[in-house]
Amino acid sequence: MSTDVAIVGIGIHPFGRTEGVSGRAQGAHAARQALGDAGVQWSDIQFTYGGSHSAGDADSLVSDLGLTGAPFINVHNGCGTGGSALISARSALLSGQYDLGMVVGFDKHPRGAFATKPSSLGIGDWYGETGMMVTTQFFAQKIGRYMEQYGIGEETLAAVAEKSFSLGAANPNAWRRSPKTRQEILDAPMVNHPLTQYMFCSPGEGGVALVLARGEVAHRYTANPIYLRSAEFRSRRFGSFEVFSPWTTPEILSGPTGDASAAAFTSAGIGPEDIDVAQIQDTESGAEIMHMAETGLCAHGEQEKLILTGETRPDGSLPVNTDGGVIANGEPIGATGLRQVFESVLQLRGDAGDRQVPGNPKTGFTHVYGAPGISACTVLSR
Amino acid sequence: MSTTIRWVDPALVIDPAAGGPVELAGARCPVCATTAFPFQGGCPRCGGEAMERVALPTTGSLWSYTVQNFEPKPPYRGVEPFEPYGVGYVDLGDVCVESRLTVNDPAALSLGMAMRLVTITAFVDGDEPVLTFAFAPQEVAA
Repeated sequence: MSTDVAIVGIGIHPFGRTEGVSGRAQGAHAARQALGDAGVQWSDIQFTYGGSHSAGDADSLVSDLGLTGAPFINVHNGCGTGGSALISARSALLSGQYDLGMVVGFDKHPRGAFATKPSSLGIGDWYGETGMMVTTQFFAQKIGRYMEQYGIGEETLAAVAEKSFSLGAANPNAWRRSPKTRQEILDAPMVNHPLTQYMFCSPGEGGVALVLARGEVAHRYTANPIYLRSAEFRSRRFGSFEVFSPWTTPEILSGPTGDASAAAFTSAGIGPEDIDVAQIQDTESGAEIMHMAETGLCAHGEQEKLILTGETRPDGSLPVNTDGGVIANGEPIGATGLRQVFESVLQLRGDAGDRQVPGNPKTGFTHVYGAPGISACTVLSR
Repeated sequence: MSTTIRWVDPALVIDPAAGGPVELAGARCPVCATTAFPFQGGCPRCGGEAMERVALPTTGSLWSYTVQNFEPKPPYRGVEPFEPYGVGYVDLGDVCVESRLTVNDPAALSLGMAMRLVTITAFVDGDEPVLTFAFAPQEVAA
């Protein structure tokens, strides 16, 4: 048994569109960079959990990285792929079975919104044929209700995306690297009322890898281990309002984001008020707003003031999505949750450059939400 | 001309052959009274296996809405040429049902407005219209 797990190496392939480079190659690039960061060889890695949604089997990376015979377990769990791989690796290290392992995620999606078959979720074909199998409709309806309930205006939606593009411009690994004004964002084509094109993320490409060590041996690999204090995954309970739901309950009774974040904080022994920098699911501007409160980082209804006064920027009191989030990075499913952890490690090491949170942040939080109603959260600290 | 009525999925409605007003076919759990749509065999709340097929109310209030401004990828099959369409959840009391809306102007929609069940053509297969359900704003009595 071990009591701690530390991240001792991190690697990334820049997100966005990289013509001519496969998703697998982006995963291998990230893996090699993470090995170099930890100062170890692939042959030192005792096990790997990895995943990709649409860029091939992750375990085929061994033919590029080296055929060492170590176990490589594929994780295929939608938007929760990275989080699930991380939870599995953490458990393997906490059990004491291993000292050193890797988690890797990569993807490469075609352009445009994700196309999902209703039957893969147990829903009849009619749902897709009549035009309701569209993720963006869900986010638009959820934020529309929320904006009315808490008196949040459209300028706040634009302010979230403005921050994402501005931080993407400061992040050399981001896809969207040009700032946009609030007016440009509001004037972009409407996708689903009240959300315009620039308020949404797009499916994209990228890869991230992490080298993890049992806490007791972490200092062998790095002078700056970042500890993974907790990693929790939850599926939806009855009464949550979720994407791809032909019906829901008139009253929202629960949600996987609230459940997973509460579990992550309990397991880590600290609360949301103790978090110095947070990366939360921002599939669109409204998701960032709602998830700020669902995760407990602020109260429902407080977001508009925090956002419009700049408190969610890196130099504010509640820095959120400091790498530009998925709005600026795109969403390669297999890599997206690990990108949040990568950014958290950079921030806690003090290596985040122009977007560094000042004052030597000590604690980080990450949150993924996805279909068909899952959430994965982590708490990290120096 | 054929008088056969073809539904996108006949299981969505109580009587798919009826030419007049339709009712949606939901599932109600006799143990915990949870209502779901469309019909499903297991109860999502208590795990009961004896869901009963029930007719859902044909009027309710608008719980959420948006407008689909771009043409979705397949399996979407729409009427050509594409026109933006409204989508929303309608609160029918025991359950909110997601539905196409007959209105595609967000300014003409508001949360809580009274809605009623209607039938629309989802798409045309050959020259045969294929029907689905939708909700329309209740006409205000003159």
